[in-house]
Amino acid sequence: MSKVFIALQANEDSRCIVDAIVADNPEATVNLQPAMVKIDMPGRLVIRRTSIEERLGRDFDLQEVQVHLISLSGHVDETEDELTLSWDR
Amino acid sequence: MDMNVKKKLGLKEKYALMTRSLGWETSYEPMDAVFPQTRYEGIRIHDWDKWEDPFRLTMDAYWKYQAEKERKLYAIVDAYAQNNGHLGVTDARYINALKIFLSAVPSLEYNAHRGFARLGRELPGVGPQIACQMQAIDEIRHAQTQIHSLSNYNRFYNGFHDWKHMNDRLWYLSVPKSFFEDACTCGPFEFIIAIGFSFEYVLTNLVFVPFISGAAYNGDMGAMTFGFSAQSDEARHMTLGLEVIKFMLEQDPANLPIIQAWIDKWVWRGVRLLSIVAMLMDYMLPKRIMSWKEAWEVYFEENGMALFKDLARYGIKVPDCVELIKKEKDHLSHQAWNAFYTAGKMTNFHTWLPTEEEMDWLSSKYPDTFDRLYRPRFEHYREMEKQGKRFYNTTLPMLCQVCQIPMLFTEADDPTQISYRQVTHQGDKYHFCSDHCQHIFEREPDKYVEAWLPAHQIWQGNCFAEGADPGAPDFDPLKSVLDYWHLVYGRDNLDFEGSEDQKNFAAWRAQATRN
Ligand SMILES: [Fe+2]
Ligand SMILES: [Fe+2]
Repeated sequence: MSKVFIALQANEDSRCIVDAIVADNPEATVNLQPAMVKIDMPGRLVIRRTSIEERLGRDFDLQEVQVHLISLSGHVDETEDELTLSWDR
Repeated sequence: MDMNVKKKLGLKEKYALMTRSLGWETSYEPMDAVFPQTRYEGIRIHDWDKWEDPFRLTMDAYWKYQAEKERKLYAIVDAYAQNNGHLGVTDARYINALKIFLSAVPSLEYNAHRGFARLGRELPGVGPQIACQMQAIDEIRHAQTQIHSLSNYNRFYNGFHDWKHMNDRLWYLSVPKSFFEDACTCGPFEFIIAIGFSFEYVLTNLVFVPFISGAAYNGDMGAMTFGFSAQSDEARHMTLGLEVIKFMLEQDPANLPIIQAWIDKWVWRGVRLLSIVAMLMDYMLPKRIMSWKEAWEVYFEENGMALFKDLARYGIKVPDCVELIKKEKDHLSHQAWNAFYTAGKMTNFHTWLPTEEEMDWLSSKYPDTFDRLYRPRFEHYREMEKQGKRFYNTTLPMLCQVCQIPMLFTEADDPTQISYRQVTHQGDKYHFCSDHCQHIFEREPDKYVEAWLPAHQIWQGNCFAEGADPGAPDFDPLKSVLDYWHLVYGRDNLDFEGSEDQKNFAAWRAQATRN
């Protein structure tokens, strides 16, 4: 199964986003590089709004991820509640 | 960030209302006459409504998030400048990587802006129109933020002073310039496959992710902030590139061979363009996170191949050039640095030989090639430097008619032979760096015979300073060409060792740490 990835700038908000991703995708591997974090995941990676909100302690619109995003791979599907990256369709 | 999140419309509903229902069927003029550019490339589209934008980004949200990105970026750029952040970079040699970046990249971004602005007008579907308009605005933002961030360096260092003038003239800058002009002179569908898919999706990660992370590692917050800020838009562009190709392939099976030929061409064109990034990563970052080869394996071989595996369902094949690229990855950065080091009289940046420690790092990253082929060459140059005979190439290089890179690549299976191809077309000889560039030429010779090749232009006398007399007894052609490029001999070019940049940086850094 091909891997998908998402890379985020390393900052305060993205720390919570990364924690949320790791909690929701136990097989994800987190790769810290200078000023950025790259998360790899076999097949499918799901980012959940509620998991991020729990950690940030405030409301969060998933489209805010765009502000911290560096890159990603896979097919994207975004709703109000989930942002999914996957190679399986 | 203070963002008010009000629950109103759902994302899909909002996207449908604020994007899809902005379009209409024209009635005063037939749709074909309003969108005349979409037929001549042979691509067949039956239903533009099948287009999906996976981010479902509407214009109101677009402006909100882009404004936030800009605020963050300029806060960092200002802080970096106010704090004399340039003195915090690891080593002043690094700044030369930025000279290449500024003279090559903002012009690419600007051309990307032009290309997508044109597509926003020429593609009939409202989904792609909006996505292309957003990308056109993103791309001009990239050009502007790069220029703003790097203008801070221009206040202190040589070589940054006239990047736009140089972009249109300087020999090696014709490589990126001609790449994008090639794309901009294609039809709209080829442009979007060239830039949206082949370049953005398959290749830009290699420019903006490991290299920019490397800039951060070397203390350059200015480049880090514009690089990552640009790349945050790039994630959306990549998604657009992938949607485009799926959409076109699903619309009609007759589209497949046309698209495959474009992918074969543009992946190769893009890979050739990235040769210079290979060199930036392996030779110009004083502190390194990963080698070019490692970055290539992660972002091309792993990530790019996952993409081609996915597209196989449509019949898309991995481009043939991938075989050659696999072999070249062990050589590329070394051959490129060798070319620039020996051309160091004709550059807008300084060159140097890697230190012993850097050579050890290179041999650990390139165990099959570095010690055998490239270390001896650098040691030879070092010996010559010691004897006061620093080696400079005194002739102009032969350029590839398609990628415009000097003939510096070797045969895939024989690193002692320069790879060299030749074709006669209507009585004239044309030269190529590879089979792939030759094939691109043979498919569209009438386009590529028009190439403005800097080396040829210099030979023809078209690149001397204004009013120069090449027949005068004291005429110095190199000096005159440098004048034409707006470069000053001995200040902007030659070795880093002994340069004004080196002296200034050392003096200013000393001032920053004591009275
Ligand atoms: Fe861009
Ligand atoms: Fe070429």
